[in-house]
Amino acid sequence: MSEAARLDCADAVTALAEPPLLEVEGLGKSFGAVLACAGISFSLWPGEVLGVVGESGSGKTTLLNCLAGRLLPDEGLVRYRLADGRMVDLFALSEAERRRLARTEWGFVHQNPRDGLRLSVSAGGNIGERLMLVGARHYGNIRAAARDWLDKVEIDLARLDDRPARFSGGMQQRLQIARNLVSNPRLVLMDEPTGSLDVSVQARLLDLLRGLVAGLGLSAVVVTHDLSVARLLAHRLLVMRRGRVVESGLTDRVLDDPQHPYTQLLAASILQA
Amino acid sequence: MNPGQYNFAYLDEQTKRMIRRALLKAVAIPGYQVPFGSREMPLPYGWGTGGIQVTASIIGKDDVLKVIDQGADDTTNAISIRRFFARTAGVRTTERTSQATIIQTRHRVPETPLRGDQILVYQVPIPEPLRWLEPREAETRKMHALAEYGAMHVRLYEDITRYGRVVTAYDYPVRVEGRYLMRPSPIPKFDNPKLHMNPALQLFGAGREKRIYAVPPWTRVESLDFEDHPFRVESWEERCALCGSDKSFLDEVLTDDKGGRMFVCSDTDYCAARRAGSAR
Repeated sequence: MSEAARLDCADAVTALAEPPLLEVEGLGKSFGAVLACAGISFSLWPGEVLGVVGESGSGKTTLLNCLAGRLLPDEGLVRYRLADGRMVDLFALSEAERRRLARTEWGFVHQNPRDGLRLSVSAGGNIGERLMLVGARHYGNIRAAARDWLDKVEIDLARLDDRPARFSGGMQQRLQIARNLVSNPRLVLMDEPTGSLDVSVQARLLDLLRGLVAGLGLSAVVVTHDLSVARLLAHRLLVMRRGRVVESGLTDRVLDDPQHPYTQLLAASILQA
Repeated sequence: MNPGQYNFAYLDEQTKRMIRRALLKAVAIPGYQVPFGSREMPLPYGWGTGGIQVTASIIGKDDVLKVIDQGADDTTNAISIRRFFARTAGVRTTERTSQATIIQTRHRVPETPLRGDQILVYQVPIPEPLRWLEPREAETRKMHALAEYGAMHVRLYEDITRYGRVVTAYDYPVRVEGRYLMRPSPIPKFDNPKLHMNPALQLFGAGREKRIYAVPPWTRVESLDFEDHPFRVESWEERCALCGSDKSFLDEVLTDDKGGRMFVCSDTDYCAARRAGSAR
């Protein structure tokens, strides 16, 4: 086991001492006759990054959308621990409350940054939007925060007033991350954050994400079909196939010693460098 | 045309009742957009079909009507609408703000302060203030219901970033009584402060978009701004070339093809009254 992985395990163990941030029980969702996901249960602890892997069509994104409250599941429970320590049933909350959570305590990183950005608004405006959503009314402070976050995601400060439509794919994705993290969310949901990027840009983004997640103590659920992304980012993994979780466990255990035949197939299909 | 063929003020009584119900609801919930069954009117959309329906529903035989377009009483739109009601309702019309009981307006609020016995009817092209950032009607209604208005400031942020100040000069978004976000219709932002705590009832009609909303008398109307970039109205270095006023909204008028120009009051009645030297 690598040094980094051992540290990750140690983090995961200390995190277990706290109550979970998110608890999912028997979650299921179908679209008509098509079963998207079923019987999904897991817990997410503070500071933990959970990877959800599986081939396309295995229900990963549906699961993520249910967790984000964007889709109403057919069955099952999603419980979330609020900042004040209360555990609430996500779907028993009013829509107003869910939307408030979505713009304060949660972040959602889309696979396609164009879905998560306002392309006609400057980079600074994109980052500042969440602050303005929660009531920031001081232009100078909003701008300072935007500048700060642009720096954190390694975008040239000279681009602060440029529109993201003119940014490269990698920069757009980093901007989307900054836009989500500026309000200090407690839980970030990411849908294929490196999906549409070339390999060198992916590596840089993963590096950045790792640093941010560790530095801010974020909890995150990362959906990906790329096992190397999962290995780099996730402490624990859920392996999904045809809407069900077929295997779960610590990332290194699942990838180095897969138990389920499908996981074995997945792990074996990684190109060995 | 034989006026006898039409009902009083053109619209039939059932339609007026429907519009009045919408108006009552609008007054009860300041700034909230009430849907109503907008009718075809004998003038094109964009020329004041919303305002004219509101006026037709509230006007009575004893009312005195004034109609302004960009502050002027003598433009095509203002004259046609004034004549329309003179013929279909037989009401008295006026150009004097102080004598009118109902003032239908496009793009201006009169300079002369209004009184509690007057009603100002605005013609509204696009009633939804959130439209620029959210194209879905279902979503904008939800944003209104939950008072999720923070993103409106993104637009002001963009203005300041690009131009150093908020350059939105007309239809400047306002918050009504601390609750609903509202488009004041395309009045210059110069007129926004006049909406605040106005003793007159202010009604807004959007015919094409089928929405009515209202600002009741003595209601708080605040223009959006930032703490470090407070709301400011336009100002001019010139005075009105005709009446010398330094307090009114000025139009720049080209006088020849050699670069000659003059600044004059956009409110023709206000300007004429000052020139006549009386309060009227």
